[in-house]
Amino acid sequence: MRKFLSDIASQRSGLIAFGFIVALALAGVLVGFVPGLDPHTLSNDALLPPSAQYLMGTDDLGRSVLAGVLYGIRISLTVGFFAALVATFLGILIGAVSGFYGGWLDTFIMRVAEFFQVVPSFILAAVIVAMSGPGLPQIVLIVGLLSWPQVARVMRGEVMRVKQLEFVDAVRCMGIPEHKVLFGEVIPNAVSPVLAVGTLIVGQAILLEAALSFLGLTSAELVSWGRMLNSGQRMLFNAWWLSFFPGIAIFLTVLAFNVFGDAVGAVFNPRNRR
Amino acid sequence: MRGYIVSRLAWGIVIVLCILILNFLIVHLVPGDPLHALLGDFPVPPGYAEKMRADFGLDQPLLTQLWLYLQHLVRGDLGFSFANRMPVLDLILARLGPTLLLMLPALFLSAVLGVALGVTAAPRAGSAQDGALTAISLFGYSVPIFWLGQMLVIVFAIQLGWLPVSGMRDMRGSAQGFGAWLDVAWHLVLPALSVTIYYLAVVARVARASVIEALHHDYVLTAKAKGLSKRYILWHHVLPNAMIPVVTVIGYNFGQSLTGAILVETVFAWPGMGNLFITSIANRDYPVLQGIFLVTAVSVVIVNLLTDLLYAYLDPRVRTLH
Repeated sequence: MRKFLSDIASQRSGLIAFGFIVALALAGVLVGFVPGLDPHTLSNDALLPPSAQYLMGTDDLGRSVLAGVLYGIRISLTVGFFAALVATFLGILIGAVSGFYGGWLDTFIMRVAEFFQVVPSFILAAVIVAMSGPGLPQIVLIVGLLSWPQVARVMRGEVMRVKQLEFVDAVRCMGIPEHKVLFGEVIPNAVSPVLAVGTLIVGQAILLEAALSFLGLTSAELVSWGRMLNSGQRMLFNAWWLSFFPGIAIFLTVLAFNVFGDAVGAVFNPRNRR
Repeated sequence: MRGYIVSRLAWGIVIVLCILILNFLIVHLVPGDPLHALLGDFPVPPGYAEKMRADFGLDQPLLTQLWLYLQHLVRGDLGFSFANRMPVLDLILARLGPTLLLMLPALFLSAVLGVALGVTAAPRAGSAQDGALTAISLFGYSVPIFWLGQMLVIVFAIQLGWLPVSGMRDMRGSAQGFGAWLDVAWHLVLPALSVTIYYLAVVARVARASVIEALHHDYVLTAKAKGLSKRYILWHHVLPNAMIPVVTVIGYNFGQSLTGAILVETVFAWPGMGNLFITSIANRDYPVLQGIFLVTAVSVVIVNLLTDLLYAYLDPRVRTLH
């Protein structure tokens, strides 16, 4: 673990990205304690450009864009984190079984994974959400269910590498049943490269949620960046700040997860180990 | 070669079948009466609901329903959109043209630019070109494509007034022939640029990686030993070999760029499938939504299949392996 931290720290861009993510999460939590900063409060100051009073301006109902952007952190990070969690968990399990047992099961699972990678996932997600109703749990679940193949592929490759190492045979000689070898020995030793993919999925999930919200597929009561861009679309002519700030928030957040994910990947890449 | 084609074709057919079944199941996954999912929220004429219930055998076992559903599809019957007063298939096919018109130039542009970027950056790791490529690809992977479209509109259409804000044609225009095409091209610039960015990121990244990979092969050393110039080796020996993964990644990302086009269309009111998609979401016109998923998914499978065949054509090793 200490080795991992020092390796990550040697990737300067990854460290900056990680710092940004932590700051974002803190801001998302702490914004609830700031009095007077409420994304739902209406005022008579409609469509004001950014100023000292409203740092990011106000929307057509006089709501503060800054408050919206800060509260939007909660939705984006929650959806991104839990969707990636679902995808990573499923991917580790499915990929490990596939790579460990091999044979027809492996062929079958890899075919299923290929199917999920071929299907245009955003359109499928949008159709399902449009028909089943907006709700964060649905979105988390759908994004997770559509993203596991990326994790499973990496996991499968790692498990296939680890399972032929000598220590695994040594464990087998102790008479330990196969499934315990897989879950107790192989998976813990194969799991680290998967973390990079998991981090990248957080970014993808945030983009996907934003796109669904932009199409108006999430609840109008939840303040999210995609929703704000949806209202901004109608006001492009009068109020650039309605689109600019929520969009740059999405961009920077996803960028941070991508840079951090690349750094994690570089650390865990076996080719970089010396 | 023939064995390879047959196996890829068979696999394509299986995937299409799975997509059809998935599309069928969506109706049943949705809470409430599946009839509601078949009709959507738009008011339908009296008697139509009962006819649909009988047509799709909604009171019969699931397998019978699936069979009836597949029969409808084989006849090209994707349902009827009462919001648009048109059969769903006709509606979608009418919108396919503008979407392709948006996608294909973007595809071409990103392929050319991406390869050029990848090839110039690859032999010089750590150089300014390499840094630019990394920056562009990180940008492309991270930027919400619809937001990029909004920003382009604000800067180039609203503030600077250089390009049109939305639509595909000038409403007041009466241009004919070449002038009309020019008008469409003028409207195409901003939305096509928005779609290009993501694709460019993907292509440039893969082009760079595969050129670097190709540079390490023995034939490059042989070419060097023959005294060929670096530039000649790069463009005549390395590039053709490095192109194979690039072709594959362009084909495999067709679905992603289709999704991108759909999102961008809603920003620019481009009259393609994306526009139909968002109005159908607003109208709760479910048959159209399912139809769009079906058409896009099947076209992605077809493009993937063509990519596989092209791959085999370009790389003889793939053919002989199977």
